[in-house]
Amino acid sequence: MAVLLLAEVTDGNLAMDATAKAVAACEKLGEVTVLVAGASAAAAGDAAAKIDGVAKVLVAEDASLGHRLAEATAALIVSLADDYEHIVAPATTDAKNVMPRVAALLDVMVISDASGVVDADTFERPIYAGNAVQTVKSKDAKKVITFRTSTFDAAGEGGSAPVETVGVTADPGLSSWVEDKVAESDRPDLTSAGIVVSGGRGVGSEEDFALIEKLADKLGAAVGASRAAVDSGYAPNDWQVGQTGKVVAPNLYIAAGISGAIQHLAGMKDSKIIVAINKDEEAPIFQVADYGLVADLFQALPELTEKL
Amino acid sequence: MKVLVPVKRVIDYNVKVRVKADGTGVDLANVKMSMNPFDEISVEQAIRLKEAGQADEVVVVSIGVKQSQETLRTALAMGADRAILVVASDDVHNDIEPLAVAKILKAIVDEEQPGLVLCGKQAIDNDMNATGQMLAALMGWSQATFASEVEIAGDKAKVTREVDGGLQTIEVSMPTVITVDLRLNEPRYASLPNIMKAKKKPLEEKSASDYGVDVANRLEIVKTAEPAERVAGITVGSVDELIAKLKEAGAV
Ligand SMILES: Cc1cc2nc3c(=O)[nH]c(=O)nc-3n(C[C@H](O)[C@H](O)[C@H](O)COP(=O)(O)OP(=O)(O)OC[C@H]3O[C@@H](n4cnc5c(N)ncnc54)[C@H](O)[C@@H]3O)c2cc1C
Ligand SMILES: Nc1ncnc2c1ncn2[C@@H]1O[C@H](COP(=O)(O)O)[C@@H](O)[C@H]1O
Repeated sequence: MAVLLLAEVTDGNLAMDATAKAVAACEKLGEVTVLVAGASAAAAGDAAAKIDGVAKVLVAEDASLGHRLAEATAALIVSLADDYEHIVAPATTDAKNVMPRVAALLDVMVISDASGVVDADTFERPIYAGNAVQTVKSKDAKKVITFRTSTFDAAGEGGSAPVETVGVTADPGLSSWVEDKVAESDRPDLTSAGIVVSGGRGVGSEEDFALIEKLADKLGAAVGASRAAVDSGYAPNDWQVGQTGKVVAPNLYIAAGISGAIQHLAGMKDSKIIVAINKDEEAPIFQVADYGLVADLFQALPELTEKL
Repeated sequence: MKVLVPVKRVIDYNVKVRVKADGTGVDLANVKMSMNPFDEISVEQAIRLKEAGQADEVVVVSIGVKQSQETLRTALAMGADRAILVVASDDVHNDIEPLAVAKILKAIVDEEQPGLVLCGKQAIDNDMNATGQMLAALMGWSQATFASEVEIAGDKAKVTREVDGGLQTIEVSMPTVITVDLRLNEPRYASLPNIMKAKKKPLEEKSASDYGVDVANRLEIVKTAEPAERVAGITVGSVDELIAKLKEAGAV
Protein backbone atom coordinates (compact mmCIF):
# COMPACT_ATOMS: atom_id res chain seq x y z
CA MET A 1 0.00 0.00 0.00
CA ALA A 2 1.15 3.51 -0.70
CA VAL A 3 1.18 6.64 1.40
CA LEU A 4 1.26 10.25 0.20
CA LEU A 5 2.65 12.51 2.92
CA LEU A 6 2.29 16.28 2.70
CA ALA A 7 5.53 17.75 4.02
CA GLU A 8 5.46 20.84 6.19
CA VAL A 9 7.10 23.61 4.17
CA THR A 10 7.34 27.25 5.20
CA ASP A 11 8.78 29.79 2.77
CA GLY A 12 10.57 27.09 0.84
CA ASN A 13 12.12 25.45 3.91
CA LEU A 14 11.26 21.98 5.10
CA ALA A 15 10.13 21.72 8.71
CA MET A 16 12.27 18.64 9.30
CA ASP A 17 11.06 17.70 12.78
CA ALA A 18 7.32 17.70 12.00
CA THR A 19 7.80 15.99 8.64
CA ALA A 20 10.16 13.31 9.99
CA LYS A 21 7.75 12.53 12.83
CA ALA A 22 4.89 12.09 10.36
CA VAL A 23 7.12 9.77 8.29
CA ALA A 24 7.77 7.72 11.43
CA ALA A 25 4.02 7.50 12.07
CA CYS A 26 3.60 5.79 8.68
CA GLU A 27 5.79 2.82 9.56
CA LYS A 28 2.87 0.36 9.52
CA LEU A 29 1.09 1.92 6.57
CA GLY A 30 3.24 1.37 3.50
CA GLU A 31 5.73 2.98 1.17
CA VAL A 32 5.91 6.73 1.77
CA THR A 33 5.98 9.31 -1.00
CA VAL A 34 6.55 12.80 0.34
CA LEU A 35 4.88 15.70 -1.45
CA VAL A 36 6.77 18.96 -1.10
CA ALA A 37 4.76 21.93 -2.32
CA GLY A 38 5.59 25.62 -2.41
CA ALA A 39 6.42 28.62 -4.57
CA SER A 40 9.92 27.26 -4.32
CA ALA A 41 10.24 23.75 -3.00
CA ALA A 42 13.27 22.13 -4.62
CA ALA A 43 15.56 22.61 -1.61
CA ALA A 44 12.87 21.32 0.73
CA GLY A 45 12.46 18.34 -1.59
CA ASP A 46 16.16 17.52 -1.34
CA ALA A 47 15.96 17.75 2.44
CA ALA A 48 12.91 15.45 2.55
CA ALA A 49 14.71 12.89 0.38
CA LYS A 50 17.15 12.32 3.25
CA ILE A 51 14.52 11.20 5.75
CA ASP A 52 14.82 7.48 6.48
CA GLY A 53 11.86 5.52 5.21
CA VAL A 54 10.98 7.88 2.38
CA ALA A 55 10.66 6.02 -0.94
CA LYS A 56 10.15 8.99 -3.23
CA VAL A 57 9.78 12.75 -3.14
CA LEU A 58 7.44 14.74 -5.36
CA VAL A 59 8.21 18.42 -5.77
CA ALA A 60 5.41 20.75 -6.84
CA GLU A 61 6.39 24.36 -7.44
CA ASP A 62 3.96 27.10 -8.28
CA ALA A 63 3.26 30.62 -7.06
CA SER A 64 -0.23 29.50 -5.98
CA LEU A 65 1.33 27.07 -3.49
CA GLY A 66 3.54 29.72 -1.92
CA HIS A 67 1.59 30.33 1.24
CA ARG A 68 -0.10 26.98 1.47
CA LEU A 69 -3.52 28.38 0.66
CA ALA A 70 -5.97 25.55 1.18
CA GLU A 71 -7.74 25.65 -2.17
CA ALA A 72 -4.67 25.26 -4.39
CA THR A 73 -2.90 22.79 -2.09
CA ALA A 74 -5.98 20.59 -1.73
CA ALA A 75 -6.52 20.58 -5.50
CA LEU A 76 -2.93 19.44 -6.00
CA ILE A 77 -3.24 16.61 -3.49
CA VAL A 78 -6.54 15.43 -4.96
CA SER A 79 -4.95 15.35 -8.44
CA LEU A 80 -2.37 12.89 -7.09
CA ALA A 81 -4.70 10.90 -4.83
CA ASP A 82 -5.52 7.99 -7.16
CA ASP A 83 -2.24 6.25 -6.47
CA TYR A 84 -2.44 6.25 -2.67
CA GLU A 85 -4.52 4.60 0.05
CA HIS A 86 -3.29 6.90 2.80
CA ILE A 87 -2.92 10.66 2.48
CA VAL A 88 -1.29 12.03 5.59
CA ALA A 89 0.42 15.06 7.12
CA PRO A 90 1.78 16.24 10.47
CA ALA A 91 -1.04 17.96 12.40
CA THR A 92 0.18 21.52 11.93
CA THR A 93 -2.17 24.45 11.37
CA ASP A 94 -1.32 24.26 7.65
CA ALA A 95 -2.36 20.62 7.43
CA LYS A 96 -5.44 21.10 9.60
CA ASN A 97 -6.47 23.76 7.12
CA VAL A 98 -5.87 21.62 4.02
CA MET A 99 -6.52 17.97 4.88
CA PRO A 100 -10.25 18.13 5.77
CA ARG A 101 -10.75 19.88 2.44
CA VAL A 102 -8.91 17.05 0.70
CA ALA A 103 -10.99 14.45 2.54
CA ALA A 104 -14.30 16.05 1.59
CA LEU A 105 -13.23 16.32 -2.06
CA LEU A 106 -12.51 12.57 -1.94
CA ASP A 107 -15.77 11.88 -0.05
CA VAL A 108 -13.99 10.36 2.94
CA MET A 109 -13.75 11.30 6.61
CA VAL A 110 -10.62 12.91 7.96
CA ILE A 111 -8.88 11.41 10.98
CA SER A 112 -7.57 14.46 12.79
CA ASP A 113 -4.68 14.46 15.23
CA ALA A 114 -4.07 10.70 15.27
CA SER A 115 -1.78 9.78 18.15
CA GLY A 116 -1.38 6.09 17.39
CA VAL A 117 -1.48 3.62 14.51
CA VAL A 118 -3.01 0.22 15.30
CA ASP A 119 -3.10 -1.05 11.74
CA ALA A 120 -3.63 0.36 8.25
CA ASP A 121 -7.32 1.10 8.95
CA THR A 122 -7.31 1.67 12.68
CA PHE A 123 -6.04 4.70 14.54
CA GLU A 124 -6.06 6.21 18.01
CA ARG A 125 -6.91 9.82 18.60
CA PRO A 126 -7.53 11.95 21.68
CA ILE A 127 -11.00 13.45 22.10
CA TYR A 128 -12.52 15.78 24.72
CA ALA A 129 -9.26 17.67 25.22
CA GLY A 130 -7.38 14.43 25.73
CA ASN A 131 -9.70 13.23 28.49
CA ALA A 132 -10.41 10.14 26.43
CA VAL A 133 -8.61 8.27 23.71
CA GLN A 134 -10.69 6.80 20.95
CA THR A 135 -9.72 3.95 18.65
CA VAL A 136 -11.43 4.32 15.28
CA LYS A 137 -11.50 2.00 12.31
CA SER A 138 -12.02 3.66 8.98
CA LYS A 139 -14.49 2.18 6.51
CA ASP A 140 -13.33 4.53 3.76
CA ALA A 141 -11.29 3.30 0.82
CA LYS A 142 -8.83 6.13 1.33
CA LYS A 143 -7.69 7.39 4.68
CA VAL A 144 -6.89 11.07 5.16
CA ILE A 145 -5.00 11.56 8.41
CA THR A 146 -3.12 14.22 10.34
CA PHE A 147 -0.66 12.90 12.91
CA ARG A 148 -0.09 14.50 16.29
CA THR A 149 3.68 14.87 16.10
CA SER A 150 4.31 15.00 19.86
CA THR A 151 3.63 11.26 20.15
CA PHE A 152 6.01 10.02 17.45
CA ASP A 153 9.80 9.99 17.43
CA ALA A 154 11.26 11.54 14.30
CA ALA A 155 12.58 9.24 11.59
CA GLY A 156 16.33 9.52 11.14
CA GLU A 157 18.21 11.17 8.29
CA GLY A 158 20.40 9.08 6.06
CA GLY A 159 18.23 8.22 3.10
CA SER A 160 18.52 9.35 -0.50
CA ALA A 161 15.14 8.94 -2.11
CA PRO A 162 14.65 9.90 -5.76
CA VAL A 163 13.10 13.33 -6.35
CA GLU A 164 10.61 13.99 -9.16
CA THR A 165 8.74 17.11 -10.10
CA VAL A 166 5.01 17.01 -10.63
CA GLY A 167 2.72 19.31 -12.58
CA VAL A 168 0.45 21.66 -10.69
CA THR A 169 -3.29 21.93 -11.24
CA ALA A 170 -4.67 25.31 -12.26
CA ASP A 171 -4.99 27.74 -9.36
CA PRO A 172 -8.67 27.98 -8.45
CA GLY A 173 -7.96 31.64 -7.62
CA LEU A 174 -10.35 31.76 -4.69
CA SER A 175 -7.98 33.27 -2.18
CA SER A 176 -4.78 35.25 -2.03
CA TRP A 177 -2.10 35.88 0.53
CA VAL A 178 -1.80 39.34 2.07
CA GLU A 179 0.84 39.15 4.82
CA ASP A 180 2.44 37.08 7.54
CA LYS A 181 3.20 38.37 11.01
CA VAL A 182 5.87 36.05 12.26
CA ALA A 183 8.00 36.90 15.26
CA GLU A 184 11.67 36.08 14.66
CA SER A 185 13.18 34.15 17.51
CA ASP A 186 16.44 32.41 18.29
CA ARG A 187 14.68 30.09 20.71
CA PRO A 188 13.97 26.49 19.78
CA ASP A 189 10.66 25.66 18.17
CA LEU A 190 7.93 25.12 20.74
CA THR A 191 6.72 21.80 19.36
CA SER A 192 10.16 20.19 19.15
CA ALA A 193 12.00 21.79 22.09
CA GLY A 194 13.44 19.57 24.81
CA ILE A 195 12.44 22.03 27.50
CA VAL A 196 9.45 24.38 27.55
CA VAL A 197 8.86 27.15 30.11
CA SER A 198 5.26 28.40 30.11
CA GLY A 199 3.59 31.30 31.84
CA GLY A 200 -0.05 31.93 32.64
CA ARG A 201 -2.31 34.66 33.89
CA GLY A 202 -0.41 34.62 37.17
CA VAL A 203 2.53 36.32 35.42
CA GLY A 204 0.33 39.39 35.38
CA SER A 205 1.72 41.50 32.53
CA GLU A 206 3.56 41.50 29.24
CA GLU A 207 6.61 43.10 30.95
CA ASP A 208 6.76 40.43 33.61
CA PHE A 209 6.59 37.70 31.00
CA ALA A 210 10.31 38.47 30.72
CA LEU A 211 10.71 36.35 33.89
CA ILE A 212 9.49 33.36 31.90
CA GLU A 213 11.69 34.24 28.93
CA LYS A 214 14.81 34.67 31.04
CA LEU A 215 14.41 31.26 32.59
CA ALA A 216 13.76 29.79 29.15
CA ASP A 217 16.90 31.38 27.75
CA LYS A 218 18.96 30.10 30.65
CA LEU A 219 17.74 26.59 29.90
CA GLY A 220 17.83 26.87 26.11
CA ALA A 221 14.09 26.29 26.22
CA ALA A 222 11.11 27.33 24.15
CA VAL A 223 8.48 29.60 25.66
CA GLY A 224 4.82 28.65 26.00
CA ALA A 225 1.74 30.28 27.46
CA SER A 226 -1.77 29.55 28.62
CA ARG A 227 -4.74 30.87 26.74
CA ALA A 228 -5.37 33.39 29.49
CA ALA A 229 -1.84 34.77 29.08
CA VAL A 230 -2.34 35.09 25.32
CA ASP A 231 -5.83 36.59 25.61
CA SER A 232 -4.48 39.14 28.10
CA GLY A 233 -1.77 40.17 25.63
CA TYR A 234 1.19 38.90 27.70
CA ALA A 235 2.27 36.49 24.97
CA PRO A 236 1.68 36.00 21.21
CA ASN A 237 -0.90 33.49 19.96
CA ASP A 238 1.64 31.05 18.60
CA TRP A 239 2.87 30.39 22.14
CA GLN A 240 -0.47 28.98 23.30
CA VAL A 241 -0.25 25.43 24.55
CA GLY A 242 -3.42 23.37 24.87
CA GLN A 243 -6.48 21.78 23.35
CA THR A 244 -6.76 24.53 20.79
CA GLY A 245 -3.14 25.61 20.72
CA LYS A 246 0.04 23.61 20.35
CA VAL A 247 0.57 20.14 21.75
CA VAL A 248 4.01 19.64 23.28
CA ALA A 249 5.73 16.73 24.99
CA PRO A 250 9.21 17.94 25.98
CA ASN A 251 11.51 16.26 28.49
CA LEU A 252 10.82 19.08 30.90
CA TYR A 253 7.78 21.38 31.06
CA ILE A 254 7.80 24.19 33.61
CA ALA A 255 4.42 25.86 34.22
CA ALA A 256 4.43 29.07 36.23
CA GLY A 257 1.27 30.95 37.19
CA ILE A 258 -0.89 28.45 35.30
CA SER A 259 -3.85 26.90 37.13
CA GLY A 260 -4.03 23.72 35.06
CA ALA A 261 -7.39 23.83 33.29
CA ILE A 262 -8.10 20.67 31.27
CA GLN A 263 -7.77 22.67 28.07
CA HIS A 264 -4.20 23.56 29.03
CA LEU A 265 -3.34 20.06 30.27
CA ALA A 266 -4.47 18.72 26.88
CA GLY A 267 -1.42 20.35 25.34
CA MET A 268 1.29 19.34 27.82
CA LYS A 269 0.37 16.39 29.99
CA ASP A 270 2.45 13.98 27.92
CA SER A 271 5.61 15.87 28.86
CA LYS A 272 8.17 13.62 30.56
CA ILE A 273 8.74 15.79 33.63
CA ILE A 274 6.31 18.50 34.67
CA VAL A 275 7.20 21.24 37.15
CA ALA A 276 4.48 23.51 38.49
CA ILE A 277 5.11 26.79 40.27
CA ASN A 278 1.94 28.28 41.68
CA LYS A 279 1.10 30.17 44.83
CA ASP A 280 -2.19 28.32 45.26
CA GLU A 281 -1.54 24.85 46.64
CA GLU A 282 -4.99 23.76 45.46
CA ALA A 283 -4.25 24.57 41.80
CA PRO A 284 -5.11 21.54 39.62
CA ILE A 285 -1.76 21.80 37.83
CA PHE A 286 -0.20 20.14 40.90
CA GLN A 287 -2.16 16.96 40.13
CA VAL A 288 -0.13 16.38 36.97
CA ALA A 289 3.15 17.82 38.23
CA ASP A 290 6.11 15.61 39.10
CA TYR A 291 7.58 18.44 41.16
CA GLY A 292 5.30 21.08 42.61
CA LEU A 293 6.56 24.26 44.22
CA VAL A 294 4.01 26.31 46.11
CA ALA A 295 5.54 29.75 45.78
CA ASP A 296 5.19 33.24 44.40
CA LEU A 297 6.58 33.09 40.89
CA PHE A 298 8.01 36.60 41.23
CA GLN A 299 10.43 35.19 43.78
CA ALA A 300 10.83 31.63 42.54
CA LEU A 301 11.54 32.35 38.86
CA PRO A 302 14.43 34.83 39.37
CA GLU A 303 15.94 32.52 41.99
CA LEU A 304 15.64 29.54 39.70
CA THR A 305 17.14 31.45 36.78
CA GLU A 306 20.05 32.59 38.91
CA LYS A 307 20.85 29.27 40.53
CA LEU A 308 20.55 26.97 37.54
CA MET B 1 -26.19 39.32 2.92
CA LYS B 2 -27.43 36.33 4.82
CA VAL B 3 -25.03 34.67 7.30
CA LEU B 4 -25.38 31.00 8.20
CA VAL B 5 -23.95 29.85 11.52
CA PRO B 6 -23.77 26.14 12.37
CA VAL B 7 -23.83 25.58 16.14
CA LYS B 8 -23.14 22.32 17.90
CA ARG B 9 -24.49 21.08 21.22
CA VAL B 10 -21.56 19.68 23.20
CA ILE B 11 -20.65 18.76 26.75
CA ASP B 12 -20.05 21.95 28.73
CA TYR B 13 -16.35 22.80 28.71
CA ASN B 14 -16.25 22.87 32.52
CA VAL B 15 -17.56 19.34 32.97
CA LYS B 16 -15.10 16.63 33.91
CA VAL B 17 -15.45 14.01 31.20
CA ARG B 18 -15.98 10.38 32.25
CA VAL B 19 -15.29 7.45 30.00
CA LYS B 20 -18.01 4.78 30.16
CA ALA B 21 -16.95 1.61 31.93
CA ASP B 22 -17.80 -0.54 28.90
CA GLY B 23 -15.45 1.50 26.70
CA THR B 24 -18.16 2.46 24.21
CA GLY B 25 -17.74 6.20 24.68
CA VAL B 26 -18.00 9.09 27.06
CA ASP B 27 -20.88 9.32 29.52
CA LEU B 28 -23.26 12.03 28.34
CA ALA B 29 -26.31 11.02 30.36
CA ASN B 30 -27.36 13.82 32.73
CA VAL B 31 -24.32 16.00 32.07
CA LYS B 32 -24.51 19.70 31.45
CA MET B 33 -24.52 20.47 27.73
CA SER B 34 -23.83 23.86 26.17
CA MET B 35 -23.13 25.52 22.87
CA ASN B 36 -19.64 24.70 21.58
CA PRO B 37 -17.56 27.70 22.82
CA PHE B 38 -16.23 28.44 19.34
CA ASP B 39 -19.78 28.62 18.04
CA GLU B 40 -20.68 31.29 20.58
CA ILE B 41 -17.89 33.29 18.99
CA SER B 42 -19.24 32.75 15.47
CA VAL B 43 -22.79 33.63 16.50
CA GLU B 44 -21.41 36.80 18.12
CA GLN B 45 -19.50 37.66 14.94
CA ALA B 46 -22.59 37.18 12.79
CA ILE B 47 -24.67 39.40 15.06
CA ARG B 48 -21.97 42.07 14.95
CA LEU B 49 -22.01 41.95 11.15
CA LYS B 50 -25.75 42.51 11.29
CA GLU B 51 -25.40 45.37 13.76
CA ALA B 52 -22.80 46.93 11.47
CA GLY B 53 -25.23 46.75 8.56
CA GLN B 54 -23.13 44.20 6.68
CA ALA B 55 -25.55 41.33 7.15
CA ASP B 56 -29.31 41.39 7.06
CA GLU B 57 -30.18 37.98 8.45
CA VAL B 58 -28.46 35.52 10.77
CA VAL B 59 -29.64 31.92 10.44
CA VAL B 60 -28.38 29.32 12.92
CA VAL B 61 -28.36 25.58 12.22
CA SER B 62 -27.78 22.61 14.47
CA ILE B 63 -27.54 18.97 13.50
CA GLY B 64 -27.91 16.17 16.00
CA VAL B 65 -30.42 15.14 18.61
CA LYS B 66 -33.71 16.95 19.22
CA GLN B 67 -32.30 18.56 22.36
CA SER B 68 -30.04 20.68 20.12
CA GLN B 69 -33.08 22.91 20.06
CA GLU B 70 -31.83 24.38 23.36
CA THR B 71 -28.56 25.36 21.72
CA LEU B 72 -30.45 27.05 18.89
CA ARG B 73 -32.62 28.94 21.38
CA THR B 74 -29.45 30.22 23.05
CA ALA B 75 -28.22 31.49 19.69
CA LEU B 76 -31.60 33.12 19.02
CA ALA B 77 -31.46 34.75 22.47
CA MET B 78 -28.02 36.14 21.62
CA GLY B 79 -29.56 37.77 18.55
CA ALA B 80 -29.82 35.32 15.65
CA ASP B 81 -33.01 35.72 13.61
CA ARG B 82 -34.06 32.22 12.71
CA ALA B 83 -33.06 28.61 13.40
CA ILE B 84 -33.03 25.30 11.58
CA LEU B 85 -32.85 22.09 13.61
CA VAL B 86 -31.84 18.99 11.68
CA VAL B 87 -32.63 15.91 13.71
CA ALA B 88 -30.13 13.28 12.63
CA SER B 89 -29.95 11.03 15.65
CA ASP B 90 -32.08 10.01 18.61
CA ASP B 91 -29.12 8.98 20.75
CA VAL B 92 -26.99 11.64 22.46
CA HIS B 93 -24.04 9.25 22.27
CA ASN B 94 -24.13 9.12 18.47
CA ASP B 95 -21.98 11.99 17.24
CA ILE B 96 -22.63 12.90 13.59
CA GLU B 97 -19.29 13.11 11.79
CA PRO B 98 -18.05 16.31 10.15
CA LEU B 99 -18.43 14.85 6.63
CA ALA B 100 -22.14 14.14 7.13
CA VAL B 101 -22.63 17.48 8.90
CA ALA B 102 -20.92 19.24 5.99
CA LYS B 103 -23.19 17.46 3.48
CA ILE B 104 -26.31 18.54 5.36
CA LEU B 105 -24.93 22.06 5.63
CA LYS B 106 -24.28 22.05 1.88
CA ALA B 107 -27.93 21.20 1.22
CA ILE B 108 -28.99 24.04 3.52
CA VAL B 109 -26.55 26.45 1.87
CA ASP B 110 -27.94 25.50 -1.54
CA GLU B 111 -31.43 26.35 -0.27
CA GLU B 112 -30.64 29.42 1.78
CA GLN B 113 -27.90 30.95 -0.40
CA PRO B 114 -25.98 32.73 2.37
CA GLY B 115 -23.05 34.96 1.42
CA LEU B 116 -21.06 33.73 4.40
CA VAL B 117 -20.92 30.68 6.63
CA LEU B 118 -19.28 31.17 10.04
CA CYS B 119 -18.26 27.91 11.72
CA GLY B 120 -16.35 27.22 14.90
CA LYS B 121 -12.75 26.13 14.41
CA GLN B 122 -13.30 22.94 16.33
CA ALA B 123 -15.96 21.12 18.32
CA ILE B 124 -14.60 20.56 21.83
CA ASP B 125 -16.06 17.05 22.04
CA ASN B 126 -14.65 15.26 18.98
CA ASP B 127 -11.82 17.82 18.51
CA MET B 128 -12.03 17.21 14.75
CA ASN B 129 -11.44 20.70 13.36
CA ALA B 130 -12.88 19.70 9.99
CA THR B 131 -16.47 20.71 9.26
CA GLY B 132 -15.89 24.21 7.90
CA GLN B 133 -13.10 23.08 5.58
CA MET B 134 -15.27 20.18 4.38
CA LEU B 135 -18.23 22.43 3.66
CA ALA B 136 -16.01 24.83 1.70
CA ALA B 137 -14.73 21.87 -0.33
CA LEU B 138 -18.22 20.55 -1.10
CA MET B 139 -19.36 24.03 -2.16
CA GLY B 140 -16.21 24.69 -4.18
CA TRP B 141 -15.83 27.87 -2.11
CA SER B 142 -12.84 29.58 -0.59
CA GLN B 143 -12.09 29.03 3.09
CA ALA B 144 -10.43 31.01 5.85
CA THR B 145 -9.80 28.98 8.98
CA PHE B 146 -8.81 29.93 12.56
CA ALA B 147 -9.86 33.56 12.18
CA SER B 148 -8.88 36.14 14.77
CA GLU B 149 -9.93 39.14 12.66
CA VAL B 150 -12.51 39.43 9.88
CA GLU B 151 -13.13 42.42 7.63
CA ILE B 152 -15.69 42.20 4.87
CA ALA B 153 -15.54 44.60 1.94
CA GLY B 154 -17.74 43.95 -1.10
CA ASP B 155 -17.17 40.50 -2.49
CA LYS B 156 -13.97 39.92 -0.52
CA ALA B 157 -13.21 39.08 3.08
CA LYS B 158 -9.87 39.89 4.63
CA VAL B 159 -9.16 37.38 7.37
CA THR B 160 -6.30 37.18 9.85
CA ARG B 161 -5.61 33.59 10.86
CA GLU B 162 -3.90 32.15 13.92
CA VAL B 163 -1.26 29.78 12.55
CA ASP B 164 1.70 27.89 14.02
CA GLY B 165 4.17 30.61 13.07
CA GLY B 166 2.07 33.55 14.26
CA LEU B 167 -0.55 35.34 12.19
CA GLN B 168 -1.36 35.09 8.50
CA THR B 169 -3.66 37.46 6.66
CA ILE B 170 -5.40 36.29 3.51
CA GLU B 171 -8.11 37.63 1.24
CA VAL B 172 -10.85 35.26 0.13
CA SER B 173 -13.62 35.71 -2.42
CA MET B 174 -17.20 35.56 -1.17
CA PRO B 175 -19.24 33.49 -0.67
CA THR B 176 -16.88 31.85 1.77
CA VAL B 177 -16.61 29.70 4.87
CA ILE B 178 -14.77 31.23 7.81
CA THR B 179 -13.93 29.20 10.91
CA VAL B 180 -13.41 31.27 14.04
CA ASP B 181 -10.71 31.09 16.69
CA LEU B 182 -10.86 32.10 20.35
CA ARG B 183 -9.61 35.64 20.04
CA LEU B 184 -12.01 36.90 17.35
CA ASN B 185 -14.39 38.43 19.88
CA GLU B 186 -15.94 38.01 23.29
CA PRO B 187 -19.43 36.61 22.97
CA ARG B 188 -22.27 38.43 24.72
CA TYR B 189 -24.60 36.91 27.25
CA ALA B 190 -28.26 36.75 26.35
CA SER B 191 -30.37 39.10 28.46
CA LEU B 192 -33.53 37.84 30.13
CA PRO B 193 -35.87 39.82 27.83
CA ASN B 194 -33.98 38.44 24.82
CA ILE B 195 -34.30 34.90 26.15
CA MET B 196 -38.07 35.46 26.36
CA LYS B 197 -38.16 36.94 22.86
CA ALA B 198 -36.12 34.03 21.49
CA LYS B 199 -38.94 31.65 22.36
CA LYS B 200 -41.06 33.29 19.68
CA LYS B 201 -38.43 33.34 16.96
CA PRO B 202 -38.91 30.83 14.13
CA LEU B 203 -37.32 27.40 14.57
CA GLU B 204 -37.87 25.00 11.71
CA GLU B 205 -37.44 21.28 12.34
CA LYS B 206 -36.05 18.99 9.64
CA SER B 207 -34.50 15.56 9.47
CA ALA B 208 -31.33 14.33 7.78
CA SER B 209 -33.44 12.37 5.29
CA ASP B 210 -35.16 15.61 4.20
CA TYR B 211 -31.78 16.47 2.71
CA GLY B 212 -31.10 12.98 1.40
CA VAL B 213 -27.88 12.70 3.40
CA ASP B 214 -26.68 9.36 4.76
CA VAL B 215 -25.37 10.09 8.24
CA ALA B 216 -23.86 6.65 8.86
CA ASN B 217 -20.42 7.04 10.40
CA ARG B 218 -17.35 6.32 8.29
CA LEU B 219 -15.23 5.83 11.39
CA GLU B 220 -16.31 2.88 13.47
CA ILE B 221 -15.58 3.48 17.14
CA VAL B 222 -13.68 0.39 18.27
CA LYS B 223 -13.19 1.61 21.81
CA THR B 224 -12.91 4.62 24.04
CA ALA B 225 -10.40 4.54 26.87
CA GLU B 226 -9.09 6.72 29.67
CA PRO B 227 -5.77 8.36 28.83
CA ALA B 228 -2.67 7.06 30.60
CA GLU B 229 -2.59 8.34 34.19
CA ARG B 230 0.44 10.23 35.43
CA VAL B 231 2.05 8.91 38.59
CA ALA B 232 1.60 11.25 41.52
CA GLY B 233 4.43 13.70 41.98
CA ILE B 234 5.91 15.36 45.03
CA THR B 235 5.88 18.82 46.54
CA VAL B 236 9.26 20.45 46.94
CA GLY B 237 9.89 22.96 49.69
CA SER B 238 12.29 25.35 47.98
CA VAL B 239 13.92 26.34 44.71
CA ASP B 240 17.12 24.60 45.86
CA GLU B 241 15.26 21.35 46.40
CA LEU B 242 13.61 21.70 42.99
CA ILE B 243 16.98 22.16 41.30
CA ALA B 244 18.39 19.17 43.16
CA LYS B 245 15.48 16.98 42.04
CA LEU B 246 15.75 18.13 38.44
CA LYS B 247 19.48 17.41 38.41
CA GLU B 248 18.86 13.98 39.92
CA ALA B 249 16.33 13.26 37.18
CA GLY B 250 18.76 14.47 34.53
CA ALA B 251 16.27 17.08 33.37
CA VAL B 252 18.61 20.07 33.51
C1 LIG C 1 -12.92 26.23 23.90
C2 LIG C 1 -11.79 26.53 24.85
C3 LIG C 1 -10.51 26.25 24.45
C4 LIG C 1 -9.44 26.52 25.29
N1 LIG C 1 -8.19 26.24 24.87
C5 LIG C 1 -7.14 26.47 25.70
C6 LIG C 1 -5.80 26.16 25.31
O1 LIG C 1 -5.55 25.69 24.20
N2 LIG C 1 -4.80 26.43 26.19
C7 LIG C 1 -5.03 26.98 27.44
O2 LIG C 1 -4.08 27.20 28.18
N3 LIG C 1 -6.28 27.27 27.80
C8 LIG C 1 -7.34 27.06 26.97
N4 LIG C 1 -8.60 27.40 27.38
C9 LIG C 1 -8.76 28.20 28.62
C10 LIG C 1 -8.75 27.38 29.90
O3 LIG C 1 -10.05 26.90 30.16
C11 LIG C 1 -8.30 28.29 31.08
O4 LIG C 1 -9.17 29.38 31.16
C12 LIG C 1 -6.88 28.80 30.93
O5 LIG C 1 -5.99 27.74 30.65
C13 LIG C 1 -6.45 29.48 32.22
O6 LIG C 1 -5.18 30.05 32.08
P1 LIG C 1 -4.26 30.30 33.35
O7 LIG C 1 -4.04 29.01 34.03
O8 LIG C 1 -3.08 31.07 32.90
O9 LIG C 1 -5.15 31.30 34.21
P2 LIG C 1 -5.89 31.09 35.60
O10 LIG C 1 -6.79 29.92 35.56
O11 LIG C 1 -6.46 32.41 35.95
O12 LIG C 1 -4.73 30.71 36.61
C14 LIG C 1 -3.74 31.59 37.03
C15 LIG C 1 -2.92 30.87 38.10
O13 LIG C 1 -1.82 31.68 38.48
C16 LIG C 1 -1.62 31.52 39.87
N5 LIG C 1 -0.91 32.71 40.32
C17 LIG C 1 -1.35 33.99 40.36
N6 LIG C 1 -0.40 34.81 40.80
C18 LIG C 1 0.68 34.05 41.07
C19 LIG C 1 1.98 34.32 41.58
N7 LIG C 1 2.37 35.56 41.88
N8 LIG C 1 2.83 33.28 41.73
C20 LIG C 1 2.46 32.01 41.43
N9 LIG C 1 1.25 31.71 40.95
C21 LIG C 1 0.36 32.71 40.78
C22 LIG C 1 -3.00 31.39 40.45
O14 LIG C 1 -2.95 30.71 41.69
C23 LIG C 1 -3.71 30.56 39.36
O15 LIG C 1 -3.62 29.17 39.63
C24 LIG C 1 -9.68 27.11 26.55
C25 LIG C 1 -10.98 27.37 26.96
C26 LIG C 1 -12.03 27.09 26.12
C27 LIG C 1 -13.42 27.38 26.57
N1 LIG D 1 -23.63 18.64 14.54
C1 LIG D 1 -23.32 19.90 14.23
N2 LIG D 1 -24.29 20.83 14.12
C2 LIG D 1 -23.99 22.11 13.80
N3 LIG D 1 -22.75 22.54 13.56
C3 LIG D 1 -21.75 21.66 13.65
C4 LIG D 1 -21.97 20.30 13.98
N4 LIG D 1 -20.78 19.67 13.98
C5 LIG D 1 -19.85 20.60 13.68
N5 LIG D 1 -20.43 21.80 13.47
C6 LIG D 1 -19.77 23.07 13.13
O1 LIG D 1 -18.44 22.79 12.72
C7 LIG D 1 -17.50 23.35 13.64
C8 LIG D 1 -16.27 22.45 13.75
O2 LIG D 1 -16.63 21.17 14.24
P1 LIG D 1 -15.70 19.90 14.07
O3 LIG D 1 -15.30 19.84 12.64
O4 LIG D 1 -16.58 18.74 14.47
O5 LIG D 1 -14.55 20.09 15.00
C9 LIG D 1 -18.28 23.57 14.91
O6 LIG D 1 -17.70 24.59 15.69
C10 LIG D 1 -19.64 23.98 14.34
O7 LIG D 1 -19.62 25.32 13.87
